[in-house]
Amino acid sequence: MSISRRGFLAWMGAAGITALSARAGATPRHFEGYPQSLCVLHDITLCIGCRSCEAGCNKVNELPAPAVPFTDLTVLDKKRRTNAKAYTVVNKFTSPGGNPIFVKNQCNHCLEPACASACFVRAFSKNGDGSVTYDSSVCVGCRYCMIACPFEIPTYEYDEPFTPRIMKCTLCHPRITKGLLPGCVEACPTEALSFGTREDMLKLARERINKYPGRYVDHIYGEHEMGGTNWLYLSGVPFRTLGMREDLGITPAPDLTSGALATVPMVAALWPALLTGIYAISKRREKMLSGDKQDAIAKAVAEANAKSQAALTAALDKAKKEKEDSVKKAVKAALEQSAQKTQAQ
Amino acid sequence: MFKLKDVLNRSLLTPFNIIAGVIILIGLVITALRFFGGLATVTNLSDYNPWGLWIGFDLLCGVALAAGGYVTSAAVYIFGMKKYHSAVRPAILTGFLGYALVVLALSYDVGRPWRLPYPFVVQAGTTSVLFEVGACVLLYLLVLFVEFTPAASEWLGFRRARNLVVRLTMVLTILGVILSTLHQSSLGSLFLIAPSKLHPLWYSQYIPVFFFISSIVAGLSMVILEGSLTHRYFADKMDETHLREKEDVVFGFGKAASFVLAAYFAIKVFGITMDNNWHYLSTGYGAWFLVELLGFVALPCLLYSVGVRDRNIKLIKWTSALAVLGIMVNRFNVCLVAFNWHLPSSERYFPSWMEIGLSLFIVTVGVAAFKFIVTFMPILYEHPEYKTPHA
Repeated sequence: MSISRRGFLAWMGAAGITALSARAGATPRHFEGYPQSLCVLHDITLCIGCRSCEAGCNKVNELPAPAVPFTDLTVLDKKRRTNAKAYTVVNKFTSPGGNPIFVKNQCNHCLEPACASACFVRAFSKNGDGSVTYDSSVCVGCRYCMIACPFEIPTYEYDEPFTPRIMKCTLCHPRITKGLLPGCVEACPTEALSFGTREDMLKLARERINKYPGRYVDHIYGEHEMGGTNWLYLSGVPFRTLGMREDLGITPAPDLTSGALATVPMVAALWPALLTGIYAISKRREKMLSGDKQDAIAKAVAEANAKSQAALTAALDKAKKEKEDSVKKAVKAALEQSAQKTQAQ
Repeated sequence: MFKLKDVLNRSLLTPFNIIAGVIILIGLVITALRFFGGLATVTNLSDYNPWGLWIGFDLLCGVALAAGGYVTSAAVYIFGMKKYHSAVRPAILTGFLGYALVVLALSYDVGRPWRLPYPFVVQAGTTSVLFEVGACVLLYLLVLFVEFTPAASEWLGFRRARNLVVRLTMVLTILGVILSTLHQSSLGSLFLIAPSKLHPLWYSQYIPVFFFISSIVAGLSMVILEGSLTHRYFADKMDETHLREKEDVVFGFGKAASFVLAAYFAIKVFGITMDNNWHYLSTGYGAWFLVELLGFVALPCLLYSVGVRDRNIKLIKWTSALAVLGIMVNRFNVCLVAFNWHLPSSERYFPSWMEIGLSLFIVTVGVAAFKFIVTFMPILYEHPEYKTPHA
């Protein structure tokens, strides 16, 4: 998915060939992320649940101060999610052995993000550095990105009447472009968060699994989930026990709708032909029906005419005959009369 | 035919006006709260539940139930079923009002409604199903408006404008069918991107087809239902042709609805088979799915066919109400009931009274507009100066 390709596709869409821009779902091509894109590896086994990452995030993103200070760890007793005032939250789970497990949750920065695919104003961008960022200056506030996100990350400023925004982690895009670490990574006092290129982080994760096979489950969460993400996780227990879904599959979100969008030009091109054809048939049937009707009328009229003509002719003949007869009769009578007259004389 | 003065001379304190007035007043208060306090002031929406009643009812049900416009005009103008001609204008009017109200409702639901044209004028997100929905709804609203103008032109005496649009009937009808096919199905496609959130019994790669086919049922049933309601309340506005053709419409559309429901039932069953989701039927969601499939698809299909066979108008009318309810149940299930089924009940959504109040407000505005228009414009009768000869 190169930038020029995207631009070209957008142009195609603008030209009205919307569905062609949806990448054909059937292509076997697999996008493995922008080369050298950056990534965070979250080693869940090393997280101590100190909430320093939450504090660091809050600070660098200039988010409002929380109701409860970040040093208060009692908030961990209740499961939390990201919200309009917190791009990241840490949750506490319990291992089968009874030990606490802490998991940091934030935007996973998908290689092919559902939010970006779902947005009808392209408010989301997948950047070359791996981050997925949001531009509130075009956002309409439809919240379809929140429907689409399989990780339930984007949040919304519901209490903002005039300028509500989608709020979510940016992978500290403004900082990493300057060569700085993301706020959370910088604040983390342990090795629970590592930052580098995605290739390096995948390598690091594999090394750890190979080196300490008893410590980790053999699964790098984010390597393939939803086509892969720029945030990877390692864990000692199955991810599904940590509120992380393992049933998401490996299909990137855009592929889920590309097939449906691809039917748009088919309908737009074929329906007029089909419908005009049906119209032509019904029109012709109507014409034939009305044609038959006219034929029948003409026939009836012709028959009636012929009949009346015949009757007329017959009547005329009869009248002629009668006239002739009466003339003959009159002549005969006159002759008879004259004969009688002659006899009498 | 009907004078404004006569209407004004009548008392305004009719039961309809009083109830409608109260609902509209409440709606205006909710409107002020929504636009000055934000969505949080009036809705129960949350980060887990970004779409609520205003999408599930106002958008999804609204668009489906406004399908009568394209279904009727296609039947009459494309399939040549001229005997249903008198049903076209009321159906177009309902469609037009329906879509106008959908856009009105959306302007409450989206965060910054003044930016609704942005996808078309600022930056187009063509990979989004919502872009397609938006573009088609917008264009179709325009088509319906143009299709509606002959009635208004006849009322206002714009003879030339009226005749011009009448000549475009075929083009407008074909355009209407294309746009409706696209966006009725796309409203279903919206959910294709969230397989992890929608219950497998409702999630299917066929969901766009389900939405499109069921919209035909909705359109046919709405024409029958609405016809019986208008006959009850506006019989004095109907001309002889309309009254004469009314029964044909009920039987013809009832028969068509029965066939389409049978086909819809078949593809819904195929949808379960395709994904091999039979085992879900024994769960609670499965029971509810069966209620929808048997009670709101199979049952109206059967009742319609019995009604047509026995020429039982009353049964067909009641069945149309059941079928319309069934479409609403389906849309609610996809958008609200079966969506986010994986979440604990504490995180699930239920609309606030103000969300329900605003939806009622929108419906009331629609009914009032319909009442006004059929009272003054030639919808249920042909204007004496523009009578068209048709079989």
